Amino acid sequence: MTTIQTQEQRGERRFGLTRNRILTVASLILFIGFLIWAQNNLDPYKLRILNLCAIYAIFAVTFNLIFGFTGQLSLGHAGFAAVGAYTAALLTMSVAQKQANFFLEPLVPLLANVEWPFLPAILVGGVLAALTGLLIGWPALRLRGDYLAIATLGFSEIIRVICVNWQNVTNGSLGLKGIPGHTNLYWSWGWAIITIFVVKKLVDSSYGRALKAIRDDEIAAEALGIHLARHKILAFTLSSFFVGVGGALLANLISTIDPKVFMFFLAYQIVGITVMGGMGSLTGSVVAAVLYTVFLEVLRPIESPFSIGPINVPGIPGMRMVLFSILLLLVILFYQKGLFGGKEFSWDGLFAIGGKIRARFARASVPPATPPANLKEE
Amino acid sequence: MTILLLDNVVKRFGGLVAVNNFSTQLQPGELCALIGPNGSGKTTIFNLISGIYEPTSGKIYFDGLDITGKRPDVIAGLGVARTFQNIRLFKGLDVLGNVLVGQHLRVHSDPFSAMFGLPNYTREERMMREKGMELLEALNLAHLAHEEPSSLPYGQQRKLEIARALATEPRLLLLDEPAAGMNRTESQELMDFILHILDTFELTIFLIEHQMRVVMSICPRIIVIDHGVIIAEGAPADIQNDQRVIEAYLGVGDYASG
Amino acid sequence: MSFSLFMQHLANGVSLGSLYALIAIGYTMVYGILRLINFAHGDIVMVGAYVAFYGIAMFLLPWWISFPLAIVLTILLGVIIERAAYKPLREVPRFQLFTSAVAVSFLLENLAIVVFSGRPKAFPRPPFMDQTFTLGGVRIVSYTPLIIISALLLFGLLTLFIHRTKVGMAMRALSKDIETTGLMGVDTDRVIMLAFAIGSALAAVGGVLWAIKFPQINPLMGVLPGLKAFIAAVLGGIGNITGAMIGGFLLGIVEIMIVAFFPDLAGYRDAFAYTILILVLLFRPTGIMGEVEPEKV
Repeated sequence: MTTIQTQEQRGERRFGLTRNRILTVASLILFIGFLIWAQNNLDPYKLRILNLCAIYAIFAVTFNLIFGFTGQLSLGHAGFAAVGAYTAALLTMSVAQKQANFFLEPLVPLLANVEWPFLPAILVGGVLAALTGLLIGWPALRLRGDYLAIATLGFSEIIRVICVNWQNVTNGSLGLKGIPGHTNLYWSWGWAIITIFVVKKLVDSSYGRALKAIRDDEIAAEALGIHLARHKILAFTLSSFFVGVGGALLANLISTIDPKVFMFFLAYQIVGITVMGGMGSLTGSVVAAVLYTVFLEVLRPIESPFSIGPINVPGIPGMRMVLFSILLLLVILFYQKGLFGGKEFSWDGLFAIGGKIRARFARASVPPATPPANLKEE
Repeated sequence: MTILLLDNVVKRFGGLVAVNNFSTQLQPGELCALIGPNGSGKTTIFNLISGIYEPTSGKIYFDGLDITGKRPDVIAGLGVARTFQNIRLFKGLDVLGNVLVGQHLRVHSDPFSAMFGLPNYTREERMMREKGMELLEALNLAHLAHEEPSSLPYGQQRKLEIARALATEPRLLLLDEPAAGMNRTESQELMDFILHILDTFELTIFLIEHQMRVVMSICPRIIVIDHGVIIAEGAPADIQNDQRVIEAYLGVGDYASG
Repeated sequence: MSFSLFMQHLANGVSLGSLYALIAIGYTMVYGILRLINFAHGDIVMVGAYVAFYGIAMFLLPWWISFPLAIVLTILLGVIIERAAYKPLREVPRFQLFTSAVAVSFLLENLAIVVFSGRPKAFPRPPFMDQTFTLGGVRIVSYTPLIIISALLLFGLLTLFIHRTKVGMAMRALSKDIETTGLMGVDTDRVIMLAFAIGSALAAVGGVLWAIKFPQINPLMGVLPGLKAFIAAVLGGIGNITGAMIGGFLLGIVEIMIVAFFPDLAGYRDAFAYTILILVLLFRPTGIMGEVEPEKV
């Protein structure tokens, strides 16, 4: 059995792995420390933004798994989020709250008298979303590119139509108010980290390579023994589980949900975030999700009247989304790779950049030398 | 025992008959070439064997098993691998990655072990990587393991595609015009390469080639088809002088110059 | 159900179907040539309706100026979208083209919310289209036959154009094999632009007529009809204009009839179309008039 690595390379890799592992664990600890500080010190407005960042990160990472890594354009995210959100909401709301909400038609007894803690509610939400994903994926993933997009959009809308009409379960277009605000930074970012971990591990594994193969060339992938439908459904179902979790976290964050929250607009936003972060880059998805959420909040003032000096500018509602969609179109047309292209963050990469910067500074401070004499002979 | 049997295979696309009553057998360890002018149905036959198309009628057997109309991934799992006329490498994976994909069909661990990084998966991944590197070494591609496939010279890309097919541990290898776009030297290198893998791995190789000169020197048996029908079959010497073959290739062949 | 009520529902269904058909033709023409689902097509329908609205309501132009104006401006929009967002992406991997279409749709909807305001507006129906009359015991409003006749007329004209003119032939050729046709000296870009122009024109007509039938317009009014029109195109056989007509009529009639016979299901009426789509894609993906396309390996 031969290995091609030299003694030196093997030594370096072992050392590199340890150094990287230590760095990862250290940053994780720092991050948790930050979460603890933030949860206890920031005002509800800022906390809400941070929570939303985590939820959108989950949405973007899972979409990247389906689209960036497996090449399937699914626009069904909103539907799965709805399944998770409604499930968790109905399970965690108090009996009294449910009675108050369902004044048009009473809630079915199965759900009316239960009140569950957060974790089981999230898990059930995720599992139901995954089952929905399996149900939808099995027929839909046999379709080609554009048809898949429309079919998943259609399914997502069917779910929404059901939510609007299933009065004695979802309360129809009235929606649900008074959902307990269980979501805090530990829940949202905890799940975000789990999602990122699981997706990354899958993507780096043989299964991940199979997904990328399917993305790059289905026919060749199939000719190498890869069962297309099974792998696409794997990615799809896994994605749907975490989207359901994200939906559950969302419901218990914003406390009020109705079918309008889960319109296809949500799917478009997720597509936008993921494309801008870079298809095939999980790092990009997380960064883009955070940037998106933060900028959306930062730009909120332009939608209400404001003044630049003596000029009064009337607020333009909807302006933020216009800017976002223009930006998205520009990225698609001119900078398809997005922020991170297909690359991931790695400690080695970071040190490499540091090295390059240091080298450039070193060169700049050395005075230009006179060319050595022997060069003239060449 | 015959490893590949095609029995009166017919393939119709609407009104067009692409393959007409094609029958042949391949024995284990054979190196056989399928040649014919452009559009004669060669790739269609490969597509029929590998499962991309289903025959309109007729049967295909691999090692005694009826594989007619089975899915391509199932057929690959049984031991039939192929390459394509237009090289279909995975651009989003590096050279080693491409080869590792070829190994995926034999992976034992389930996705959950992979997702959670369980020890049985990490062990299998390490073994897969070792095996992949071994394969690359055996084919003189190891030094390119982490290169992008698109940065490789054409000849190396071809070899990589073949290496990837070999990673599936096939018993029958279908090569679709492997020498396409190569000059004389490159084609010769490729042919030596093919002979090398025929011996090193226990293979039967079925080879499509458009240029006769290329296969004349190495293939003991040649099947010639035109318009989906076999017009000649036999050793290179017999084929070369067959009148029907000469007619089919009129204006195209430089095979006479050897 | 009485005969006259049934006929009323039928008339309703056929006129709704005509609207779906008009919009579906645009989808199918673009798909036939570029193999692209123009996600933004439904939003172009919306723009047509709004331009006509502003023409009448704000600029006080008579309908026979406003409506053609809407068509012209919508054609312009369709062509701009093709040039700016689709043409540059013809050579790159397909999924970028899909994302671009999604992005354009997203942009149009958001722009409409900002420019036209999200609040629904009442579309002013020209008086002669508002006359109710009775035909054999069935109450019909004048816009119903108008819509149906317009659709059939335009379909007839388009079919003549496709089959009797040189440009039409070029379009048919492009939809069969875009590369070879281009090599044959056909100006591919021009023909594609024309396809978008025609599709957008029909979308505008569809938008205006839709606003006449359902006089409440809002920025997202085009999404659902667009989706359903696409489903109609798939049902009829995507890439086939006659198929788009047939699919459109079928879908409209089925939608109205199901609600007529099962009023309890009225809330789910939009879901029927999606269900039809999934059934078609699973069991007869080529649609009623479609032809199978083998992929070259």
